[in-house]
Amino acid sequence: MGRFHPHGADHDHPHPDHDHPDDARPDHSGYGTATERIEVLERILGENERAAAANRAAFDAAGVTVVNLMSGPGAGKTTLLVETLRRLAPRWRVGVIEGDIETSLDADRLAGLAAAVCLVNTGKGFGGECHLDAPMIASALPRLPLADLDLVIIENVGNLVCPAEFTVGEDRRVMIYSVTEGEEKPLKYPLMFRAVDLVLVNKTDLLPYLDFDLPAFRRNLDAVHPGVDAQMLSARSGDGVDAWCEWLSHAVHPGPRVGRVAGAA
Amino acid sequence: MHELSLCRSVADVVCRHAAGRRVVRVRLRIGALRQVVPDTLTSCWRLLQDDRPPPRSPTGSVPAGSVLAGSVLEVESVPAVVRCRACGAERELDHPVLRCAGCGGADVLLISGEEFLIVSMDVADAAADGPGMAKEQAEV
Repeated sequence: MGRFHPHGADHDHPHPDHDHPDDARPDHSGYGTATERIEVLERILGENERAAAANRAAFDAAGVTVVNLMSGPGAGKTTLLVETLRRLAPRWRVGVIEGDIETSLDADRLAGLAAAVCLVNTGKGFGGECHLDAPMIASALPRLPLADLDLVIIENVGNLVCPAEFTVGEDRRVMIYSVTEGEEKPLKYPLMFRAVDLVLVNKTDLLPYLDFDLPAFRRNLDAVHPGVDAQMLSARSGDGVDAWCEWLSHAVHPGPRVGRVAGAA
Repeated sequence: MHELSLCRSVADVVCRHAAGRRVVRVRLRIGALRQVVPDTLTSCWRLLQDDRPPPRSPTGSVPAGSVLAGSVLEVESVPAVVRCRACGAERELDHPVLRCAGCGGADVLLISGEEFLIVSMDVADAAADGPGMAKEQAEV
């Protein structure tokens, strides 16, 4: 009980518990039954987008490039991140924002790789969110030496739906798809496959043991996101990881952002 | 799957516009490519209604329930429509496959389907003898 119970003109149910004096507000709220219409015309995720723009301004001011790495659970984000940090740490100063609903297991795996790692457990104070949103990233920024970094990689929560909706102020969005997931995934999760600049096709070392139909996957990918870049790799064997790091190094623009298009402007 | 997160975002915007007034109805416009299930969205809306603060009462009494309690979420679904740059055909998509149903071409322009908007909302009018809600605050 305690729910608002508007007694409007369509009074089609009895009220044995109380009467309504003619002059009383029937819902006891002090409000009349007349309503006022408010034109809102705001994007549903407008609040998040505003926070993302503020993050973007902070990234731009620090001259750091930010890549949001997304995938379903178990596609190999953390393993690829370990291999990526091994290769990039000598060249770039890298920070990682590690998103997880619970535990620091993934962040622990990145210890000792010469990267500044910052963990965001979305289960604490964020209501167990299944994605990182812009305010969560904002809360992590004071814990990263942003001005000293060239690149920040955000490892999003493993989920093929929600992270695609919530921009966080990143420069690039990348997803990891693994060949164990089935060729039809782009058709089932078009939101994610459409949201990214690059699709990494991981676990190619398993191809000899699977019936994976790569051309069918590429067709499905093109159907939802025509022409999107895709790179094959195996984080486990290391095949293709150098090419991915090369892609990343093109994305990184060290130093101040002169002439860059800033969404936060 | 992401409907609860979306409802929270909707609630934030709606509560800001309501500025303490009781919300009766909220109208959304959502494109087919957003992968939102309207029924799930309305269930999630009911779930989170009680998590919001109660409305400000013009009579000074403390009303039961939150500003959103009992409010109705209406979802206007917008179909995904593409226009083919090759043959000029304009078609509604049944699947999220960006291809022309006429000639099969992949060079298509998305006309609609990515809408994600809070269009309008109805709030209960404050009683005439109340202090009056700060309407200008609601227009921010």
